[in-house]
Amino acid sequence: MLEAQSLTKAFGGLVAVRDASIKVPEGRIVSLIGPNGAGKTTLFAMVAGFLRPDRGTVTFQGQDITGWQPHRICALGMVRTFQITQPFANLTVLENVMVGAYARIANRLEAAELARKVATRVGLGARLDQPAQGLTVAGRKRLELARALATQPKLLLLDEVMAGLNPTEITEIVQVIRGIRDSGVTIFLIEHVMQAVMSLSEYTYVLNNGALIAEGEPKAVASDPHVIEAYLGHGAAERIKKGNAHA
Amino acid sequence: MIGWTTPRGWAHIGAGFAFALLIPAFVTQNFLLHIAILVLFSAYLGQAWNIAGGYAGQRSFGHAVFVGTGAYVTAILQTRFGWNPWLTLPPAIIGGAAVGWLIGFLSFRAGLRGSYFALITLAFSEVARILANSLEITRGGLGILVPLSPGFANFQFANKGNFFIVVLAMFAVAFGIAWWLEKSRFGARLVAVRENEDAAAALGVDTFKAKLHALMLSGGMAALGGSFYVQYYLYVEPPIAYGVERSVEMLLVSMIGGSGTVLGPLVGSIALHLISDTTRHFLEAPGVALILYGIVLILIVGFLPDGLISLFRRRPTVVPDTDSGAPARRGAHA
Ligand SMILES: Nc1ncnc2c1ncn2[C@@H]1O[C@H](COP(=O)(O)OP(=O)(O)O)[C@@H](O)[C@H]1O
Ligand SMILES: [Mg+2]
Repeated sequence: MLEAQSLTKAFGGLVAVRDASIKVPEGRIVSLIGPNGAGKTTLFAMVAGFLRPDRGTVTFQGQDITGWQPHRICALGMVRTFQITQPFANLTVLENVMVGAYARIANRLEAAELARKVATRVGLGARLDQPAQGLTVAGRKRLELARALATQPKLLLLDEVMAGLNPTEITEIVQVIRGIRDSGVTIFLIEHVMQAVMSLSEYTYVLNNGALIAEGEPKAVASDPHVIEAYLGHGAAERIKKGNAHA
Repeated sequence: MIGWTTPRGWAHIGAGFAFALLIPAFVTQNFLLHIAILVLFSAYLGQAWNIAGGYAGQRSFGHAVFVGTGAYVTAILQTRFGWNPWLTLPPAIIGGAAVGWLIGFLSFRAGLRGSYFALITLAFSEVARILANSLEITRGGLGILVPLSPGFANFQFANKGNFFIVVLAMFAVAFGIAWWLEKSRFGARLVAVRENEDAAAALGVDTFKAKLHALMLSGGMAALGGSFYVQYYLYVEPPIAYGVERSVEMLLVSMIGGSGTVLGPLVGSIALHLISDTTRHFLEAPGVALILYGIVLILIVGFLPDGLISLFRRRPTVVPDTDSGAPARRGAHA
């Protein structure tokens, strides 16, 4: 459904993403992991039209969308959320979600109805009329998810929607995401919370210093020495093996 | 944002307009009618600014460029080409929208925001003023005098009451447009652009187009105001048409009252006229109005950023959001 070929992006001298190629098949939950600053968000931004890649192409449902503007990509059915949440601060939760709903619905009452349904689904049902700026981190993450979902996407790009949530909330949102996939939406997610990646995704890519260093089933990837080193530092894989720290 | 939908809201608005319609029947002193006309005229122009500046968040410092364009289109078609003044209104509106398109296309394509956009609009209005001052078709600094010939067909009324009805109708239309923005997808998209352009784009909003259309609508409305001005005063010259005072007054009226709200410009216009009419007798020197406007603007931005109208509105009570979005979770952590 989504295919990125050799994406590369540099900021000045810093190469944030180097020659990264990924594939997201329809109906799956695919994840992208890696330490802070690895280039995950930059990769998302290129895929969703927020950054023009220096090199490489993005194909969505067989169509080359490299360099397209975000609103056109959204119209095709791919939508992203922001790791640093971007609420419409002075609007209510319902009004925020309605902006997403208006992507495919012109009628106000119908848009409001869909927005209400989606907001309730992600656990914001009790906060519809509250200004978005009053939400906590967890609330804002839910709002990002709700707005994106309200655009009725075929492919949802989620950038760390679980960061800052407590374990109960994570379990909850994992359920929600699974439900979204079961309703026919393909999901590509960036996640730090390993437990969530393990339980949610069927395939995972690992990015480190801008380059893909591993890919495969989450369990296999998590025990890959390259990945452990990337996360825990040089020599970590050795130490873990010695200490028999598999738990 | 959502409000005004209740039957009570409708009743209030209907009563307000009905009351306003009665004003000319009871107020016969011309100077009182004149003030009422000016208040509504400023409110109308403030509402035009409010579409782009308040709803879409593209705060212009040069909206006189649209007012002046409408004024000149009407005056030139009427005096040079013998058009009936009523018939000059559509071309005036189109002219204002076209100028809005030009300014919007250039500045939004270049990605100008905030004070850069404000400065560009100011520059455009100054260029327009200089052009009007030097071109033959605008009669340069002499200005254009519209010959006096009262009669409904000529958009000239001996009785100020009729002018009042016309400006009231214009205000009602502008009010309706703002109201429609509060209820429509187009309006929601403008507000989304104002609040966060990246998020709006991610959710499918063509932000460039939204801003462009807002400025065209705003410019067309402001131009109609210019046409009215010409018929009311029967005269237009470059500093009147394109003066900075006009631009500042438009943004001030909207911001004092509450930009991005339906009633803000009316509240702001009443407040501004109260302030400037009571101080006018003490301060007659040229430029003093601008200084006064500057002070008012600083006070508003500093102490009442949402405008006077925020004093009347009930703040939504914010439920303290402890950690989870779902209240059902509360018990679990207690
Ligand atoms: N707009 C930008 N300008 C300059 N550098 C950037 C920009 N965006 C990201 N970077 C840099 O690119 C690298 C990758 O960032 P990012 O994609 O946000 O990583 P991640 O999401 O994996 O934490 C970081 O070193 C970051 O500082
Ligand atoms: Mg990131």
